[in-house]
Amino acid sequence: MLKLDSCCKTYRVGAFGGGELLAVHDVSFEVAPGEVVSLIGESGSGKSTIGKMILRLLRVSRGTIRFEGTDISALEGRQLKEYYANVQGVFQDPFSSYNPIFKADRVFTMLRHAYFSELSASKWNAKLESSLDAVSLNPGDVLGKYPHQLSGGQLQRLLIARALLLDIRLLVADEVISMLDASTRIDVLNLLGDLKGRGLGILFITHDLSLGNYISDRTMILRRGCVVEMGATPLVFGNPLHPYTKVLLASVPQLHTKWVGIGDSARRRPDDEIGEGAGALVEIEDGHFVRSTESTTLT
Amino acid sequence: MALRVDGLTVYYQSLRGDVKAVDGATFGIDDGEIMGLAGESGCGKSTLGKSLIRMDARMRYVSGHVELDGVELPIWDDAKMNPFRFVKVSIIPQYALSALNPTRKIGHMATELLASRDIPPDSVLPEFRRRLELVGLPMTVLERFPIELSGGMRQRVVLVLSSLLDPSLLIADEVTSALDVSTQRAVAELLVEFRNRGFVRSMIVITHDLSVLSQIADTILVMYAGKLAEKAAADMVVDSPKHPYTNLLLSSLPEVGVRFEEQRLAGIPGRPPSLLDPPTGCRFRDRCPLAFEKCGEEPPFAAVEPGHSAACWKVAA
Repeated sequence: MLKLDSCCKTYRVGAFGGGELLAVHDVSFEVAPGEVVSLIGESGSGKSTIGKMILRLLRVSRGTIRFEGTDISALEGRQLKEYYANVQGVFQDPFSSYNPIFKADRVFTMLRHAYFSELSASKWNAKLESSLDAVSLNPGDVLGKYPHQLSGGQLQRLLIARALLLDIRLLVADEVISMLDASTRIDVLNLLGDLKGRGLGILFITHDLSLGNYISDRTMILRRGCVVEMGATPLVFGNPLHPYTKVLLASVPQLHTKWVGIGDSARRRPDDEIGEGAGALVEIEDGHFVRSTESTTLT
Repeated sequence: MALRVDGLTVYYQSLRGDVKAVDGATFGIDDGEIMGLAGESGCGKSTLGKSLIRMDARMRYVSGHVELDGVELPIWDDAKMNPFRFVKVSIIPQYALSALNPTRKIGHMATELLASRDIPPDSVLPEFRRRLELVGLPMTVLERFPIELSGGMRQRVVLVLSSLLDPSLLIADEVTSALDVSTQRAVAELLVEFRNRGFVRSMIVITHDLSVLSQIADTILVMYAGKLAEKAAADMVVDSPKHPYTNLLLSSLPEVGVRFEEQRLAGIPGRPPSLLDPPTGCRFRDRCPLAFEKCGEEPPFAAVEPGHSAACWKVAA
């Protein structure tokens, strides 16, 4: 459905834009309908840049992004509007996604003006209710309220409901649950899982490995703009091969297992010891790719 | 016992009335203990931490006593607290960037900070450099502005600065929350190392992340809606929680290895009550699957077994 082909993004940095920063380097992957692909990386790894390029909020510097075979960088006017009817994004901070002056349901009204202006009021209301129902919100609880009157989980679900109104086929979920409390974040995550069952493709961008592992079918680990490891989630988490993936997994705090060698200052900042991933992506087993480095022993 | 908090009650003043953010907190911390303070946003955990060092203008002390090393802390009096701050009680605030003065280089800022407390900088600065080296920072950071440092480096600078005078109590408020997993681990381990080396006697680590606490804390105190819910050794809280809230909170955390297709986790339905006018009785009652008639009365925060306290009628001894 969505296909990225050797996408690169360089940002101009410095006082007069003289410097260049390579934010995303040679990233290729596909998202199929009904598939959750998670993009895991630390801050500055380029994961949000990839999401923004797919949503056309940023231009691709090199490479192509195709949706159903059409290069999205050339889309304009009506075609672009049609593209946004298929692809929508939800972002990290539900509190800043809304305009605090207006009621939260204004996001639906704006959508109606843009896409459903011919629809009768009763049909629109029915559509709205079914989409709120899909995200398990009670219309009476959320409609006509201001953003500050709703909880973060409710606001985030409203944004997902807004995306669903368009019968989208791909959702770019950029850190959608990082700002939510532990007791509500799992419900939003389960909602994404249910939507996957209805054939929605989801690009799940996160820095939290346990959330990525919980929800996704395929996982890509990003480091400094490069994909260092990608493959089916059980393979990447069950048999991590790149040293960076191993460091990440060893750092995840687990409830019932303690970190190895806690307080041992000898192994501080292990991140720097990993060589630059200059090598090529090598397929180790079925669909499991690892970028080779000097220190990687690929077996 | 290094710290004794007895019936501490702190309200926020708002136009619509008092927000009862911390209501009757009673607990103690031993010498050398790292106590984790956990709970969801708005449960009062940061308020409790802040009230031990400095109440901001909106906070109002209502009642309770705080004793540190046998000396009562005058937390209700901003001026009288001054001799204790930084020397006896220190804090790492929630956002490291906002804790550092953006217009001063790190070295300059440290000198100014010491001068403001009438401490001759030359007596402490060598130790400051030694500790910066210990946490893995190059000496060049002294000549850098905060904005030039990464999140993990800033957090380490603030950690070293806050604990420079070897305080009895260090309050670390969400220090690991904004960091990436590998940096998070490095900073969390530094907290333990600082305790082990005696730079800090005891510590309160405030976070919403129970899994980080299970790694570094000796004991965990869980708060819900301004009240203490449960306190016990970290392993006991994680492995055999008594309070239904702790239990549900733990079961909603996805761990590496748990997958949506195989095991579907559930959140806690509902949301915490408003603290403007909190319900009588147990505040978790409306969301609790075990609630019964007696929950209309307020459960005491009492020991249910040695070293394990909880506020719940279902588990009361």
